[in-house]
Amino acid sequence: MAMVDRPLTSCIQPGRQPLDIAGYERAGGYAAMRKAFGMSPESVVEEVKRAKVRGRGGAGFPAGRKWEGAPHGADAPRHRYLVINADEMEPGSFKDRLLLEAAPHLMIEGIIIGAFAVQAETAYIFVRGEYVLAMERLSRAVAEAEARGYLGTDILGSGFSLTIHVHGSGGRYICGEASALFSALEGKRAVPRTRPPRSTTSGLWGKPTVVNNVETLCCVPSIIERGADWFLGLSRSATEGGTKLYGVSGRVNRPGLWELPVGTPLNEIIEEHAGGMREGYEARAVLPGGASTAFIMRENFDVPMDFDSVGKIGSWLGTANILVLDQKRCPVGLLRNIEHFFAQESCGWCTPCRDGLPWVERILIALEAGEGEPDDIELLAHHVDFLGPGRTFCDLAPGAMAPLRSGLKFFREEFERHVSERHCPWHDTAESWT
Amino acid sequence: MTTFEVDGKTLTAKPDENLLQACLGAGLDLPYFCWHPALGSVGACRQCAVKQYDGPDDETGRMVMACMTPVPEGARFSIADPEVAAFRASVIEWLMVNHPHDCPVCEEGGECHLQDMTVMTGHTYRRYRFTKRTHLNQDLGPFIKHEMNRCIACYRCSRFYRDYAGGRDFDVFAAHDHVYFGRHADGTLENEFSGNLIEICPTGVFTDKTFSAHYVRKWDLRGAPSVCAHCGLGCNTIANARADRLRRIVNRYNGAVNTYFLCDRGRFGYGFVNEADRLRAPLRCCDDGSQAAIDRDDALARLAALLRAGEAVIGIGSPRASLESNYVLRQLVGEQNFYPGVSAGEARLLRLVADILGSGAVHVPSLREMETADAVLVLGSDLPNAAPRAALSIRQAARGAGIARAAAAKIPAWQDTGVRNHAGDTRSPVFIATPASTRLDDIAQRALRAAPDDIARLGFAVAARIDNAAPDVPDLSADLAAAAREIADALLAAPNPLVVSGVESGEESIVRAAANIAIALRARGKTPALLLNVPECNSLGLALMTAGEASVETALARRAPLVIVLENDLHRRAPAAVIEATLAASRLVVLDHSESPTTRQADLVLPAASFAEAEGTLVNAEGRAQRFYPPIIAEDAVVESWRWLVAAARAAGLASCESLTTTDAIAAALAASLPHFATLPAVAPPADFRVVGSRIASETRRYSGRTAIDAGRNVHEKKPPVPADSPFSATMEGHHGTIPPALRPVFWAPGWNSVQSLNRFQAEIDGPLKGGDPGVRLLEARPDAARPYDASIPAAFSPRPDDWRAILLPRVFNDDEQAGRAPPIRERATPPALVLNAEDAASLGVAAGQALACEIGDARVELAVEIDPALPRGIAGLAGLAHKAHAIPDLLRLRPAEPPVS
Repeated sequence: MAMVDRPLTSCIQPGRQPLDIAGYERAGGYAAMRKAFGMSPESVVEEVKRAKVRGRGGAGFPAGRKWEGAPHGADAPRHRYLVINADEMEPGSFKDRLLLEAAPHLMIEGIIIGAFAVQAETAYIFVRGEYVLAMERLSRAVAEAEARGYLGTDILGSGFSLTIHVHGSGGRYICGEASALFSALEGKRAVPRTRPPRSTTSGLWGKPTVVNNVETLCCVPSIIERGADWFLGLSRSATEGGTKLYGVSGRVNRPGLWELPVGTPLNEIIEEHAGGMREGYEARAVLPGGASTAFIMRENFDVPMDFDSVGKIGSWLGTANILVLDQKRCPVGLLRNIEHFFAQESCGWCTPCRDGLPWVERILIALEAGEGEPDDIELLAHHVDFLGPGRTFCDLAPGAMAPLRSGLKFFREEFERHVSERHCPWHDTAESWT
Repeated sequence: MTTFEVDGKTLTAKPDENLLQACLGAGLDLPYFCWHPALGSVGACRQCAVKQYDGPDDETGRMVMACMTPVPEGARFSIADPEVAAFRASVIEWLMVNHPHDCPVCEEGGECHLQDMTVMTGHTYRRYRFTKRTHLNQDLGPFIKHEMNRCIACYRCSRFYRDYAGGRDFDVFAAHDHVYFGRHADGTLENEFSGNLIEICPTGVFTDKTFSAHYVRKWDLRGAPSVCAHCGLGCNTIANARADRLRRIVNRYNGAVNTYFLCDRGRFGYGFVNEADRLRAPLRCCDDGSQAAIDRDDALARLAALLRAGEAVIGIGSPRASLESNYVLRQLVGEQNFYPGVSAGEARLLRLVADILGSGAVHVPSLREMETADAVLVLGSDLPNAAPRAALSIRQAARGAGIARAAAAKIPAWQDTGVRNHAGDTRSPVFIATPASTRLDDIAQRALRAAPDDIARLGFAVAARIDNAAPDVPDLSADLAAAAREIADALLAAPNPLVVSGVESGEESIVRAAANIAIALRARGKTPALLLNVPECNSLGLALMTAGEASVETALARRAPLVIVLENDLHRRAPAAVIEATLAASRLVVLDHSESPTTRQADLVLPAASFAEAEGTLVNAEGRAQRFYPPIIAEDAVVESWRWLVAAARAAGLASCESLTTTDAIAAALAASLPHFATLPAVAPPADFRVVGSRIASETRRYSGRTAIDAGRNVHEKKPPVPADSPFSATMEGHHGTIPPALRPVFWAPGWNSVQSLNRFQAEIDGPLKGGDPGVRLLEARPDAARPYDASIPAAFSPRPDDWRAILLPRVFNDDEQAGRAPPIRERATPPALVLNAEDAASLGVAAGQALACEIGDARVELAVEIDPALPRGIAGLAGLAHKAHAIPDLLRLRPAEPPVS
């Protein structure tokens, strides 16, 4: 299929090694980089802004606006950094891995253009520690790009210089939080930092820093090469441009990952691309974008999968890697598994997260074991409220509470049955999540 | 000032304050854990949640953490709002999930910030019903007990130890609810400020191991405002006692001096007060040379008889005795017969320091002021070993440039992590020139190693570069010239430059060079600060009281028939041969608190009060006179030395001390007779200070067991003593309300039982105490005062074969005589060592740990070799030998050690 339809994955050949730099260039790669060098940084930013790319790490902040907010001009402080957040650890998410392992040169081209746009002289690709293959392939691609003169000083006579470092994460979820990522890169405890100051003022080593997700930057070469209007035209959404990697896991016929127009409806992704539910399973609800998003129930399965539409129905697009809950799974058990992850991954900095999440997990364990008490549901609700946004130091705990909050709302009866029946109603039929 | 509103009340804040500071400053109760006035805000504990409203019409508001919230003009907040109140109670409930609730057996109980905050939030019933997390504790050495299960993970300990004090052997480990604060493995905490963990920790994770050995609750302690007796900096302390035993030392906030922090020598050196070698009764020498106890009247009669004999009497004073005792001895024996009780070398240095500081030509900074210096030169002083609290101030000064850099990015100074992350390695210039490495080198822009003579030459060259009129240094090496330029330029560029040197440099030329730099900076229109550190708690006071360079040796050389030694061990000050030669022909009277080689040689020993049983005044290196008071009201023969002397003079019919019957009277006499002491009477309220007729209660309202404590011996309640000459009562009866800061025996306020109650006593948060910081500065710079440049520039040092330039290297836990009697300090002392450059050691054929022999005084000493790779060649550093300082020759011969006898 032509790049026209699938700017993110067109250079990926399933089952084959990623394209080397020669192959990538034969397929049209690095043309966007050359084009960008002929533009001003400001017009690159402008083009990306017009293309309405929203941050694909899950926060959904418009990438162009983020770049625009970075200090620029002759008086702006230097040194500047571009950090690529490739620490993909959101449970159920595996989209960045595909790009890193299978399209390393697309990543690097995106980084070069991004760094040129924000005039950063150093870029760090901060890769999830377990993504060993991705790091190998990225390192090889960086070496190829350096050898070709696409990295280094005065790239292709543009006057722009860039060094890319590939850096493995120590392996904690919190390292993917942008400010904790700086601490990790600096060799400190991976504890998030307060805002203000924003990272564009004081980021890595106290210097202006822009952090972008892998997929976000991989959108950039095609935007520069073909223009924002073309990119907007790919999307089925009015508020967001481009295509997106959507993933589906759960009891579907074909779990996987597809590049589809932004705004493709949820049920279309599940039914057409993931092949619908397996025999005997019905979808009850989904977590649309990782473990820290709220459940979407069946009646909303027609929602277009873009940030604004999913946000309007009380959830969040997140990583758009969809986790399907079927009728044979205990939602309390699913939530217990999720909260175990978040309790374990709390960095231990702020009280509500550090001491609240393990408590939540233990209540859920007790409920599953038939040891729940009548006040437990109220206690869970208490935590949902007091671990919410603005209460805790960073967004880990509010993210952890998003599925629980919606779970308490949509599966209240199931919670109450765990207490009143003194055992898990799925106990005899359910398949374990662990 | 900005105006803001909390729950409808209009309040004011300083523009650089956060909301938590502003609320506490306004006297509001708002609970917190992770914030500390000296450490700033990090937003970790979430305890100080309040509501912020966006404008006059906003009814909903949003939850913010007060410690992380600036206070813009007109901002509106609520502490009472039910949602934030419930959240604050919930934070306590979370902290209690793993807290063991072991208050009844916890030594923090009764002065626990966690207890106070729990009560403040109203949290009472914990709903958590699952198993608590448990930790293993560590052995952290002789000072501190570790009970990690009590930890609420506020992170203050690691922020203090690492970020504030520069320690490296303590950290946060693990993650989520397993975070662990300790060392990588069991072992003694190395940093000399580790004891502050006890007060920094809001609960009982770190408690005082020395206190634990004779523990009582805070409310059962009698407190007295005291002054640390273990170095020359005069940190303010509270000394706590019960049943005639000194139980512990805690910090006493003085906004101009030590603020919140003490060094470990000061905190844990108190044990000498309780040791078995304390002198409790007068002793006389028997014919067989043994000493026998006699009663007070007998002792007085004997001393009176000696005084009445009318022969010449020599008085040897003491840099660790109070102004009062030194002055009374001086009056008793006459000015011409009074000698400062220090070694010859130290006497010359102290004379120089007193003359420079007393000239009025230089400004002497307080410790707090030193924190605001924006360029610092440390000339010849190993501060972390000689004057630790000053090193801590300089460590904070180094942060200035980073804080300014953060301010330019609109990050307020109180936002600690934001400032530190943004500042990175940006530091104000600190230069350290010493012979050996110091533990302050890590913050130095340049740490320069040179021989003492070369350090002096560097200093002179810095002065000459700053001001052409200062004498220049001939034949300066290119390295030193470059360093001098760099240092001079940095000092000149700084609005508040600071120069630090001191007696511990061991070289008059270094101190002279430091003075030249300060004078040169002044000549260039700067207002430099000059700290010249002194070794003991009243070294400067004694030096200001005496003239000339007299020492113990010159005193002994008088061969007087009667020698009275005040609180001094002559063997630390003069060679044994000189002492023996004198004493063979003299009668020796010694007043001291503990046995020493000198008391054992005395014909008459009078038991003197230690700082814990005495009232008196000390002058610190800042020239600040400060009054200390006794937490122990001694009822045996132990009294202040000056009271013995006054009584003996009276018994002898001498009029010289007739009017010197109270501390206040002595202060008045000092003020009248010596110009430097003119303002001394203002040091503290007089002994007859009363509040509505009441003395100040020295015990808490809850003090218990008074009637029972002696019941094993006597069921009748003893009449409590009435301290003579004192504004304090000996009991809980008396005034408990507003107390002048110099007289505050305990920090406590309703709802604030821990040391965090300080916020109720500061005029502004982190500022001076209400009523002013205690003490009077005796030495203020005068615009008209001038001091000429010194031109005694030494020649450059060059190593000589076989003759090693000997220098004394200070060691924090070795060098103080009094602290060295305390067992935990002895445990931390290092064995005396010979420190050599690696190449020198190789040329001598020794490796680290092997022994070499040398002659110190008349004794052959074998010392284990330590290697300091940075030490200049040709130098032999002698560490842990401060008690032999008088005997260390300039040049030393090193010989192979005797082979072990098989």
